Amino acid sequence: MDWDWNFVREIMPTLIQGVKITILATVLGSILAAIVGLGIALARRSENRLVARSVGWFAEFIRGTPLLVQLYFIFYVLPDIGILLPPLVAGVIGLGLHYGTYTAEVYRAGIDNVPRGQWEAAKACNLSGRHTWTHIILPQAIPPMIPALANYFIAMFKETPLLSAITVLELMNQAKSVANTYYRYIEPMTLVGAFFLVISLCSVVLLRWLEHRYGRIER
Amino acid sequence: MTQWSGYLGLILQGALVTIELTLMGSVLALVMAFLAGMGRVSRFFVVRALATTYIEFFRGTSIFVQLFWAYFVLPFARLSLTPLQAGVLALGLNVGAYAAEVVRGAILSVGREQYEACTALNLGRWQGMRHVILPQALLVMLPTFGNNAIELLKATSVVSLISLADLTFQAQVVRSQTGSTLMPFVSVLVIYFALALIISWGIRSLERRMARGLDGVRV
Repeated sequence: MDWDWNFVREIMPTLIQGVKITILATVLGSILAAIVGLGIALARRSENRLVARSVGWFAEFIRGTPLLVQLYFIFYVLPDIGILLPPLVAGVIGLGLHYGTYTAEVYRAGIDNVPRGQWEAAKACNLSGRHTWTHIILPQAIPPMIPALANYFIAMFKETPLLSAITVLELMNQAKSVANTYYRYIEPMTLVGAFFLVISLCSVVLLRWLEHRYGRIER
Repeated sequence: MTQWSGYLGLILQGALVTIELTLMGSVLALVMAFLAGMGRVSRFFVVRALATTYIEFFRGTSIFVQLFWAYFVLPFARLSLTPLQAGVLALGLNVGAYAAEVVRGAILSVGREQYEACTALNLGRWQGMRHVILPQALLVMLPTFGNNAIELLKATSVVSLISLADLTFQAQVVRSQTGSTLMPFVSVLVIYFALALIISWGIRSLERRMARGLDGVRV
């Protein structure tokens, strides 16, 4: 079996199309995961024990089950109760929800790391609960956790090929359709691997920079 | 009702395949983790470089791509694998790369005085590793190994995409045969979650068992 550069040149535009969708899904999924994670972290600290408990269990359940099955669930079960989602939207919701349960732990650690004195100072200044969160706690909690969050977004990026199972035309799916059309697997599959490796290695550099920029915070 | 029990049987068969994959993948991952993790702290540059390349490569590309590569590209190199073999290979090598970093971290976390004590007792490098360093490092690795095992369990769901009849695959079979979506996916999610709970429970009791008699040794 030999490597055919002409074939590589031929399929490149299709794969680039796929890369765009992969990156789009990662970015949208990351935004959703950041929001969902914050929501879960806040709900778990809620005064209402019932809310805190049930959200905790829900997050635990999602973290203990495979993303692929969750994607199937969103893609196949929701239409039965009248919610029809385009594949990409279903995929982004799946990614965001799944990784939201991971980022929730990051938020939790970040919030726990804010010294108690800050809470007491906020109370002493007569700030409302809402103002305490938005002006005191979160601005101090979020910067140190940016590297850890970015780590999960990179992990999410590596899981995007799963979206091909619910017919999103991302990189893996494009590669598979090209491979099935020409019955040549070696180039498309290797290129997909190369794309992932290159983007992952670049993102590691970005991560190092983020760690340098935000990782250490003076107290 | 008898119909449902038949379909449930199908899903349980899938659960067996998933368990089998998880066990075999874990064994391979464990072997790779120790090889690569100890390779990373080796004295020899070549061994370190090899271990680093392995770890970076398998952590940089996604499990999905690796699985497809093993299943579709290796046959062109005259190395045909059954879906089960490809699944175990990809899962074991992928999770092994993550676990290797755990092994390295745990070995480095053992205090310097322990190494000095080995030298003082005139133990060889290998003897010191085997009798002094690893027994202590193992306890540090265990909780993270548990997480890795759960990640592996969740990752087994992707083998359904190379037509191996695991839990996820059987859920799809039931869906396409009955047209019902809620029952297969919910039951499969519950089974995955139960398996994840069993793993984390098993690891925790193993940890308790291994920590016995070590009180006060580690602070």
